[in-house]
Amino acid sequence: MHLSILLPAVVNGVLTGALYALIALGLTLVYGVLHIINFAHGTLLTAALFAAFFMQKSLGVDPYLAVFVLTPAFFTFGYGLQRFVIGPASHGNDGNILLVTLGLAVIIENALLFAFRGDTRTIDVAYGFAVIPVAGMFLSVPRLVGFAGAVVVALLLWLLLTLTDTGKAIRAVAREKLGAQLCGVDVPHIYAVTFGLGTACVAIAACLLIPTYYVNPGVGNAFVLIAFTTVVLGGMGSVPGAVLGGLFVGVVESLCGLYLGESLGQIGIFLMFILVLLFRPSGLLGERA
Amino acid sequence: MNLRAFLPIVAVVAALACIPLVIDSNVVLNFLVTALLLTLAGQGWNVLGGYGGQYSFGHAAFFGTGAYATAILQMRYGLNAWAAFAAGIAAGAGVGAAIGALTFRSGLRGSYFALVTLAFAEVLRIIASVAPVTGAGVGILIKLDVGARALQFSSRAAFYWLILALVAIALVVTRLVEQSRFGAWLVAVRENEDAARALGVDATRVKLGAITISAAMAAAAGCFYAQYFLFVDAPIAYGPWISVEALLAPIIGGVGTVFGPLLGALLIKTLGEAAKLVTGDAPGLDLVVYGIVLIVVIAFAPRGVAGVVARCHARLLPPRKASAGVNAA
Amino acid sequence: MSDRILAVEGVSKRFGGLQAVRDASLTVEAGRITAVIGPNGAGKTTLFALISGFQTPTGGRILYRGTDVTGMPAHRLARRGMARTFQIVQPFAGLTVLENIAVGAHLHIAGRAAALAAASRVAELVGLDHILQQSAATLTVAGRKRLELARALATSPKLLLLDEVLAGLNPSEIRDMVPIIRAIRERGVTIMMIEHVMQAVMSLAEHIYVLAEGHVIAQGRPAEVVADPRVIEAYLGPGAAARLAGGAHGR
Repeated sequence: MHLSILLPAVVNGVLTGALYALIALGLTLVYGVLHIINFAHGTLLTAALFAAFFMQKSLGVDPYLAVFVLTPAFFTFGYGLQRFVIGPASHGNDGNILLVTLGLAVIIENALLFAFRGDTRTIDVAYGFAVIPVAGMFLSVPRLVGFAGAVVVALLLWLLLTLTDTGKAIRAVAREKLGAQLCGVDVPHIYAVTFGLGTACVAIAACLLIPTYYVNPGVGNAFVLIAFTTVVLGGMGSVPGAVLGGLFVGVVESLCGLYLGESLGQIGIFLMFILVLLFRPSGLLGERA
Repeated sequence: MNLRAFLPIVAVVAALACIPLVIDSNVVLNFLVTALLLTLAGQGWNVLGGYGGQYSFGHAAFFGTGAYATAILQMRYGLNAWAAFAAGIAAGAGVGAAIGALTFRSGLRGSYFALVTLAFAEVLRIIASVAPVTGAGVGILIKLDVGARALQFSSRAAFYWLILALVAIALVVTRLVEQSRFGAWLVAVRENEDAARALGVDATRVKLGAITISAAMAAAAGCFYAQYFLFVDAPIAYGPWISVEALLAPIIGGVGTVFGPLLGALLIKTLGEAAKLVTGDAPGLDLVVYGIVLIVVIAFAPRGVAGVVARCHARLLPPRKASAGVNAA
Repeated sequence: MSDRILAVEGVSKRFGGLQAVRDASLTVEAGRITAVIGPNGAGKTTLFALISGFQTPTGGRILYRGTDVTGMPAHRLARRGMARTFQIVQPFAGLTVLENIAVGAHLHIAGRAAALAAASRVAELVGLDHILQQSAATLTVAGRKRLELARALATSPKLLLLDEVLAGLNPSEIRDMVPIIRAIRERGVTIMMIEHVMQAVMSLAEHIYVLAEGHVIAQGRPAEVVADPRVIEAYLGPGAAARLAGGAHGR
């Protein structure tokens, strides 16, 4: 295959991959700290996409501005979910947590389906189709912004985790919950903060995605397995792993799409996911499962 | 073999079998048929998840294989309907064994197992939505050919008795498992896999057996679905709806019990109908209700309806003294 | 020559950077009670895990009843008559005491009723026959330890590995357990035990191995082992043996 076709595919894969990484960041953060696999992650993305959609369609707010409203809103939503629903309902039992997050996923997705029907919608923004020429390729502006946004968020998250007290508390709870509790850390609060951060990541990703992507109630399903693949590949609980994993998955998907066509391209990801789970569940950079 | 343990099953099945003799309404029969269909799929999930403790989020993989196999063998290869039905169950069981062999040998447990089953179901759904043999996006229509030979009946009651027979078999199989050494080993693996291994239990083999039985039951439900609705496509066969409902029924009704899936299925379907009555036929509402019920059950009654019944039972009866003699399971 | 039921030859186990067991060798004679003692972190439980098939050695080999079983998985070893208990008890919490023990009995008994009957008899041996219907989750520590023992015993083992079965018991509970262990030996079961409770070790064991830093540093009859200066230093630190000897003669 000629480089002039291959290179844009790879670059586009990297651009998409950055957004996958951002979505996966939320998931891996929740796993690393709460040690739960949040099956509702994909539907939270769907909800955020709907929110971004309606902010533009009904209120005329551009997604790149809406992000400043939706991020704290979804952080609060995520905080509330963990603090008042998931935590209490599961009584700390792993099997139950799995089921509760599944239940949430079912509720959110189908509530959206019920409220908004199954139609696929897109928004129209002036820069939606803008491209700029870079090194002989035409790259989509919104996707470049998406890439930049994902990088910024990853950096901010890293700063938060390393420099702030809350970030240190989060890392402490991730490492050793009981010890952190003994040092006075409010574990349920930290759990909720982490979940809120994960949800906030997803809200930001939604605002970055909406200019070029569509929204319907099923869209989260498409992303949830991609997010899981990314997290498992990069290692459950590893933030750099999620970033690298996301980029890798983006490129693989792009190349598979190139060689196998749109619908089968997704299979490449799932097969990779199954293979990683079977042979190296700790991923490239993660802790032992 | 403690034959007395099978009496409740006989009683329940006999009572259910009488229903078409007294109720003539097609609406009611249809409701019961779908409830029993869910019971069968849920009974399958229950063997692996309830007794075995391995929560699968992708039981659609087995259900859909049964449904497609039945449809494809009849429509593309002209196979007799009954043989296709049996072949569908075998195919589903085969998929179960294959997935089990891959995942259990790798030692996947807990959330990872749930994830991988989800992935398998999704892979199958994507393949089915593009492969020519499954009709790609269009799906497969089973030709209308009313008559027992083609496993299509003119009366709803006949379909009802067919699914009831399948459910009865599933109930008996579950009870047999419960009473056998295999069942004791399965439950031991659920409770503590390492301790079970130290006691000589080949955990991998036991889980493999459980997933095969579980898949066979779910596949049987899929085969029946195909014969009853005469249409199969990728979202129906391998979509998340059946994976969710198949796990919901036993959890709500009582995981790890023989009648849990039946109780749960009846409850879920009743709730679904009630929801539709209130808000019309808008899609999605029934699943919202199911999700809420799931969370409520996990929060307040993790052992499901059967657990609540057992607790009330225990409170009403005087405490039994422990005896050193042999006790039935 | 007595019959060697277990021979561990130069076995090692490495976990990444940590050498947990280093070239450990020991033999267990059939029908005897052999104890493995040593300070915390000496690698005793790892050694048990290697012998019982829960871990694979990175070096050396293990011979059980004359056959090389290195790397054989736990359930197959159990079928050949090697049973073990866990240092951190692992009951089947959702099952009753009787059902717990029955899982062990099922190793050689296929029928449900027969297995439950056999389990009931084992429970009697171990003193659990009055609480057969109690849920395992509600047992006290002493009860759970007995359950661990009963379950392993129900598999009709020839070699029983007990990992700190007396840990967490108060003195009267220990006094009750010692005759049970002795009774098990009387029935022909060879016992190998990791133990910290020295009073029990001294009264039960016929042969002791001392493990320190993953290596066997001493072995012999109980009286010899406790007087061995290397053993004293392993527990109390370098120079302790000399200090003790000096102190005993008065200053």
